[in-house]
Amino acid sequence: MTLALAFEQLLNGIQFGVMLFLMASGLTLIFGVMGLINLAHGSLYMVGAFVCAYVTGLTGSFWLGLVAGSLGAALMGVMVEVLVIRRLYHRDHLDQVLATFALILILSEGTAWVFGSQPLWLDIPSILKGSVELGVLIYPVYRILIIVVGVLVALGLYLLISRTRIGMRIRAGENDREMIGALGVNISVLYTFVFAVGAALAGLAGSLVGALQSVEVGMGEPVLILAFVVIVIGGIGSIKGALIGAMLVGIVDTLGRVLLPSLFQWFMEPSAAASVGSALASMLIYLLMAIILAIKPKGLFPAND
Amino acid sequence: MTNSNVSLNQSRNMSRESWVNGFLLVAIVLAPVIATMMDEVYYVNLSSRIIIIAMAAVGLNFALGFGGMVSFGHAAFFGLGGYVAGIAAYHSFEGTLFLGLVPATDQMLLIWPVALFVAAIIALLIGVISLRTQGVYFIMITLAFAQMIYYFSISLTTYGGEDGLSIILRNSFVVGDSNNPLQFFMVCFAALILSLWLTHKMVGSRFGAALTMAKLNETRLATAGIEPYSIRLVAFVVSAMITAFAGALFADLNGFVDPSMLSWHRSGEIIVIVVLGGVGRLFGPIAGAIAFVLLETFLGGFTDRWQLFLGLVLLGVVLFARGGLIGLMAGSSRHG
Amino acid sequence: MKKLVISMAVSAALVVTTVASAAPTKIGMITTLSGGGSHLGIDVRDGFMLATEMANADLEVIIRDDARKPDIAKSLANELIQKDKVDILTGIIWSNLAMAVVPSTVRGGTFYLSPNAGPSALAGKACHENYFNVAWQNNNLHEAMGHFMKGDGLKKPFILAPNYPAGTDALTGFKSRFGEAEGEIFTKLGQKDYAAEIAQIRASNADSIFFFLPGGMGIAFMKQYASSGLKLPVYGPAFSFDEIILGAVGNSAIGVKNTSQWAYDLDNAANEQFVKAFRAKYDRTPTLYASQGYDTANLILSALEKARPSDKDAFRKALKSADFDSVRGSFKFGSNQHPIQNIYVREVVAGDGKKPTNKLVGIAISNLQDAYVSQCSL
Repeated sequence: MTLALAFEQLLNGIQFGVMLFLMASGLTLIFGVMGLINLAHGSLYMVGAFVCAYVTGLTGSFWLGLVAGSLGAALMGVMVEVLVIRRLYHRDHLDQVLATFALILILSEGTAWVFGSQPLWLDIPSILKGSVELGVLIYPVYRILIIVVGVLVALGLYLLISRTRIGMRIRAGENDREMIGALGVNISVLYTFVFAVGAALAGLAGSLVGALQSVEVGMGEPVLILAFVVIVIGGIGSIKGALIGAMLVGIVDTLGRVLLPSLFQWFMEPSAAASVGSALASMLIYLLMAIILAIKPKGLFPAND
Repeated sequence: MTNSNVSLNQSRNMSRESWVNGFLLVAIVLAPVIATMMDEVYYVNLSSRIIIIAMAAVGLNFALGFGGMVSFGHAAFFGLGGYVAGIAAYHSFEGTLFLGLVPATDQMLLIWPVALFVAAIIALLIGVISLRTQGVYFIMITLAFAQMIYYFSISLTTYGGEDGLSIILRNSFVVGDSNNPLQFFMVCFAALILSLWLTHKMVGSRFGAALTMAKLNETRLATAGIEPYSIRLVAFVVSAMITAFAGALFADLNGFVDPSMLSWHRSGEIIVIVVLGGVGRLFGPIAGAIAFVLLETFLGGFTDRWQLFLGLVLLGVVLFARGGLIGLMAGSSRHG
Repeated sequence: MKKLVISMAVSAALVVTTVASAAPTKIGMITTLSGGGSHLGIDVRDGFMLATEMANADLEVIIRDDARKPDIAKSLANELIQKDKVDILTGIIWSNLAMAVVPSTVRGGTFYLSPNAGPSALAGKACHENYFNVAWQNNNLHEAMGHFMKGDGLKKPFILAPNYPAGTDALTGFKSRFGEAEGEIFTKLGQKDYAAEIAQIRASNADSIFFFLPGGMGIAFMKQYASSGLKLPVYGPAFSFDEIILGAVGNSAIGVKNTSQWAYDLDNAANEQFVKAFRAKYDRTPTLYASQGYDTANLILSALEKARPSDKDAFRKALKSADFDSVRGSFKFGSNQHPIQNIYVREVVAGDGKKPTNKLVGIAISNLQDAYVSQCSL
């Protein structure tokens, strides 16, 4: 493994972490503020990607597609919140699990119904297709864009949460839901807003990643699980925790996937090395989470301590 | 409402629930018997499928419904039980030794204790670590362990890996012919009754009282001098064993095991079935399993978009039928 | 499910005048119609139903969706065989579902015709007289490409596949015809980010790439490879380059050569008729999966002209004789009831409009028979 390769994989880990952050930040806000376990978050990711693909295909502009993807997911989020989610805030976590599980089924099949069952075309625009020199290595421009977007979103969320009125209400809501209601804040609007922001971020993530990978039904489910791992590691309700957790998970997963099979290849043949190596690599994140929870049972930076 | 009215209602609810339970039990036995008389083998196998899935949910319900422990990793135990049965059948058929050391058997009565034992050990290990956490952290850590076991099973290329393992010959039961659908159903039914009885007995005992109190108010339990941690651990292990037993039967029913038995989807499905039926209701898992499996099986006969309608039905139940299906049929439970 | 009773009006008229048996032949089709990868099942179904409609056949086809889950497929098989009492079962796309369903189906006496999945076990040790594979054995397209690339003068391919049985079989099949590869990677099943693998390829001395990455995996790989700056020629089986996947990959795939048992521009009468009818009815170009569904239906129909499924021995013999016009040209079964057929090479070229398309280039290997036939006792 050369230095350039290692550095490239580190950057890839950061880029993966950014995508996880986009998903996890929404998820952690929704859980922290509303106390809601939202299994349908992965479906919002998928909806964003599909809308982006559709609009990009229609208009030829990826930027329009990106905006449409985020907005589309946000809109779907608002619809889902108003129709279903808001009846669940006072319910048991279990009921929330059942309801959002049902939503996964509805949104997946609904997407297939609207857009068809085949994967959709979505590609990086040609101006972003090249690579750029970063010292010892050559790195794709598009992935740098994703990292930049992530940093901007993190900054934006930080400003939103700590410097705006709404952010203040969100923080207060995380602390004591009943109190802010008593103080005259319109809870339902606040909650819808938070849900929509989370959905928009998920849609943005889906659109960005869809261009790089593929746009197909069910694409959000592997990401959903990882996003939950991230918020648990980072501490529920904390954006800072989501960022750090996402980076941790992104880097550990990427490096693990690359290094472990190669490690085993020193003394095993390719297929066996790949089996053992990738099994261990897949388990690595869960191992990480278990260890962190053993030391800090509420995650690294829990919001309500 | 006066006190006497309240208790009258409660006892009405109690007997209503018993009626509902009895009805479900009778229905689930009659269906395959009638089907056999009408020579409709398919419905006998379908009934077996329903009660096995119900049993997996009975296991989870013990931990989740009665113990308040939301385990998102129970599929791991389901799959462990399945793989024990599958690996035993495989080696038995091939005439080889497990790990080159242990002779295999195709006798269910020998396989089941092994499955239960394996599940108990793994549950103990998982429980010891996980039960130090609470709430959503507990959910996630049980998920994490299940995922680890899932990825491990995929890496088992000897036992089919991702493709899974076929069971060519169903394992044998000590009496009768296990290949006979009705007889196999009877075996599964006996297992279900056993797990229901065990659950009922444990919940009704002092252990159960302690478990309930652990769920409701830990401090009060501690003041009685009982450690919630050990109570929960026992409940968790017992629940895992029941679900593993169901997994072993599932493997023999289908004639194969594969990693999907261990996936988080499966864990989610088991939770869905428990909640659908009614959390903490003894027969909740049975009602839930009947509804879920029938919907899954027959909706597909009407439309290609059946998963969408399944989702709508589940959503409807959650939003409009609090307390699940048992709650719908028998009113709220005595303990609220 | 669409309990489609084909051409009821026509059949009704015919039945009155036909002397032959009363009940129509019942066929059960379990295939993947929802979720990821559903376009394969949808195409198999559409090709199959097109053939039955074109022939005005007296068939009852019950179609069910397995959602790519082995235990649902198993349950559906039970339903179709035990409740609906189908004579023939078909449709499964994925090998793991096939392994769950087929062995007990054929041992129970029901015929199974595979329109896609061709796991090696069922071609070799676990072969059965009631099991026919109309598509291929899973390794065939990879073997053909190995043979082709060798003949084309390539010396150092870098080969990749996901680490699951079909993937390991793919690379085994490739190497059995090509020889040793310059580099070999097994990726994680479901993986979508191939930066590490592409970096490894870049660092090697490879002169070409061969990959088997079905579904979204292949789409992601091709897109990432195309923008990596690497210019090595890419080869693979048709599974990553069917007409529908090409719609998702776009121009990143142009120049890739892929092997398939069929191409829509194959020059024979049956194929011309098929492609024209398919385009007219479904408003899209058929993929190879559609051709497989179509051939399966026509095989069944040809056998039905000679025998009824209730007469197992006669029907089996009729199936084995494969006396029908395949859209691939000539078609015959080997002793293990898997096809012995030509495998073609297609190249991905720019299509009219947004989506690239496949163009037939030549034959990769003639009369290819699978490597497991000797293990089959039939």
